Amino acid sequence: MTINHYIFLSVALFCIGIVGVLTRRNAIVIFMSIELMLNAVNILLVAFSKMHYLAAKVINPATQTGIDGQLFVFFIMVVAAAEVSVGLAIIVMMYRNIHSVDVNFLNRLKH
Amino acid sequence: MNKFVFLIPLIPLIGFLINGLGRSVISKSFAGILGCGTVLASFILSIILFLNVRNGHTGVEYLYNFISFETLHIPFAFQVDQLSVIFLLIITGIGFLIHVYSTAYMHGENSADYARYFAYLNLFVFSMLLLVLGANYVIMFLGWEGVGLCSYLLIGYWFRNTEYNNAAKKAFVMNRIGDFGFLLAVFWIIKVFGTTDYVDVFAKASSAPVNVAVLTGITLLLLLGATGKSAQIPLYTWLPDAMAGPTPVSALIHAATMVTAGIYMIARSNILYTLAPTSQAVVAVVGLATAILAATIALKQNDIKKVLAYSTVSQLGYMFLGLGVGAYTASVFHVMTHAFFKALLFLGAGSVIHAIPPIIGGGQEQDIRRMGGLKKYLPVTHITFLLACLAIAGIPPFSGFFSKDEILISAYSRSPVLYWIGLGGSLITAFYMFRLYAMTFLGKYRGTAQQEHHLHESPPAMTIPLVILAILAAIGGFLGLPEIFAPDSNWLEHFLSPIFAGSEKISPAIPVAHNTEYVLLAITVVLVVICTVWATARFRNYSDKGVEEKGLGKFLQNKWHVDEFYDAIINKPLRAISGFLNSVVERSGIDGIVNGVGRFVIYGSRQLRLIQNGQVGAYILMMVVATLFFFIIQLFLK
Repeated sequence: MTINHYIFLSVALFCIGIVGVLTRRNAIVIFMSIELMLNAVNILLVAFSKMHYLAAKVINPATQTGIDGQLFVFFIMVVAAAEVSVGLAIIVMMYRNIHSVDVNFLNRLKH
Repeated sequence: MNKFVFLIPLIPLIGFLINGLGRSVISKSFAGILGCGTVLASFILSIILFLNVRNGHTGVEYLYNFISFETLHIPFAFQVDQLSVIFLLIITGIGFLIHVYSTAYMHGENSADYARYFAYLNLFVFSMLLLVLGANYVIMFLGWEGVGLCSYLLIGYWFRNTEYNNAAKKAFVMNRIGDFGFLLAVFWIIKVFGTTDYVDVFAKASSAPVNVAVLTGITLLLLLGATGKSAQIPLYTWLPDAMAGPTPVSALIHAATMVTAGIYMIARSNILYTLAPTSQAVVAVVGLATAILAATIALKQNDIKKVLAYSTVSQLGYMFLGLGVGAYTASVFHVMTHAFFKALLFLGAGSVIHAIPPIIGGGQEQDIRRMGGLKKYLPVTHITFLLACLAIAGIPPFSGFFSKDEILISAYSRSPVLYWIGLGGSLITAFYMFRLYAMTFLGKYRGTAQQEHHLHESPPAMTIPLVILAILAAIGGFLGLPEIFAPDSNWLEHFLSPIFAGSEKISPAIPVAHNTEYVLLAITVVLVVICTVWATARFRNYSDKGVEEKGLGKFLQNKWHVDEFYDAIINKPLRAISGFLNSVVERSGIDGIVNGVGRFVIYGSRQLRLIQNGQVGAYILMMVVATLFFFIIQLFLK
């Protein structure tokens, strides 16, 4: 599998995420779409990390190149988990206030 | 010795401040006494100064450093010498008489206006004294501007009348044109000589030879200044209109003193002019042309003050002629005698105007066609006016004869043509002055019977100055008796000789043979007497037939159409351009751009406002679109 496959997969997931965010009105689905975009990025990071590692190993078998990319992914996962909790809390508060999770009701930014 | 000289201009300034600031609280009599008293004090100090100068105490009185910039130092200093002291005596002496006269003439004004009037007069005297006392061109310029301002204020003294205001504006604008020339000349002098002090400038100009072209340029610019202030071609038109002011103002400012500022300035800069013969020739030509032009206009004017105004312009032209032919002393002499008789003529005219009750539903009567026969009602005014007419016409032994003849003889020594043209002008002068005299004082009164009943001689405050001036006008000429009558008798020439010594050395006066001079004098006197008698005989029984002037007469009555000419070549194009700029450039150009920007912003905001709909999805969409947009630019359009 070349790097291209990973890139196409990642771009596809990202686009699905964007379209989901743009088109859906349900806050939970939008939230899921955002997670999708985050993970598309994660895939890309891991893929490039692996690619650089393989390239560097040929020259030096003991290399650690690319390890930072994978570390990044862990950070993103941790942050995403924290973000999910905050996001879900927001959605709960939203439901309490307007008895709906439809984002189109939230148009007060205009005022 | 002359330390007190700063008091001479300072005292009238104090008078101005008190009268000007306190005009609504002080009484009329106080304002009058203060106005006259300050000028009298200056006059007394001027006499003391004159005696000092006569004993040889001349010099520059330094007060303090006025402007200091790198190498340029302009001190506030006063020039005490023969020339300035003569002018001081004229200004304060005649000024005082006119102040006294004004106390009676302006008595009808309410007290605030009365004090305002005296404040302006005092400010004028202050500025004029500054002008003649300044020891450099900058101080002179201060006074120069000051007298212009006072002239404006006093012409427009009755500021509720639009016509008078226009006359004031005209005088101011015309003077500004002249001031512009004067200012440029001062800058040029600073550039060439690095100083503005008379002493240094004249010393440098005569010792180290300066380029004649530069000197010609400087002197021509100075001449432009002088033509503005002294009402010469091409800037003379303001002076006749300046008669809108009160009559004593006309006498003081527009006849006796301010208009001689140009003469003073040229006489002061005589060395520069002598070193630039071209400029000197221009001065002579301008003077002669003005003298003739104004004299011909005066022939057909019917307003008593207008005749005198044109006669002033004409006499100033003679003074310029004198300056132009290098007869500086003669010019200063004529300034002096002219100050006597012209102030007298104006004050006499004021007395006449004062005597005739105003026409019903109109202003003061000033039209000589409706006067006549005033001889028996105004005996003092009549006698003094007659003396002034004799003096200005140049009939011996009155003062005008000596001064004008000195100028004409000097002109003859340079070129006989100048003499003959000048003589023609002086014949016209004699003619129109006696036309004025005959129409005003001789014959029968031509006004209404009711007016005739009220005719009265003016109060003593007006007649006493008239008498004093009449004595001066009659005998003033003996100060400068020509050599041919008695050797070494020309006191004025002797007195002023230190001032003009430099010029005299460079270009000595060409003496005229005594026999020639006798002949010329005889011709002049005979012709002038003929003109006088002719004019008197012709107009003594003048009756207004209501005939319209025709041909040349009409042309002269309309003042050669000079005003219309200026109107056509300057005013009309200016107005047309302004109108175009106003209606096209301003309205649709500038306003269009400014309003267009505003309208575009309002319209744009209204449209952009719709984008902010509060939908989070829409905002994200825009974000995505924008991101994509930048990606595309980054990737494909690089």
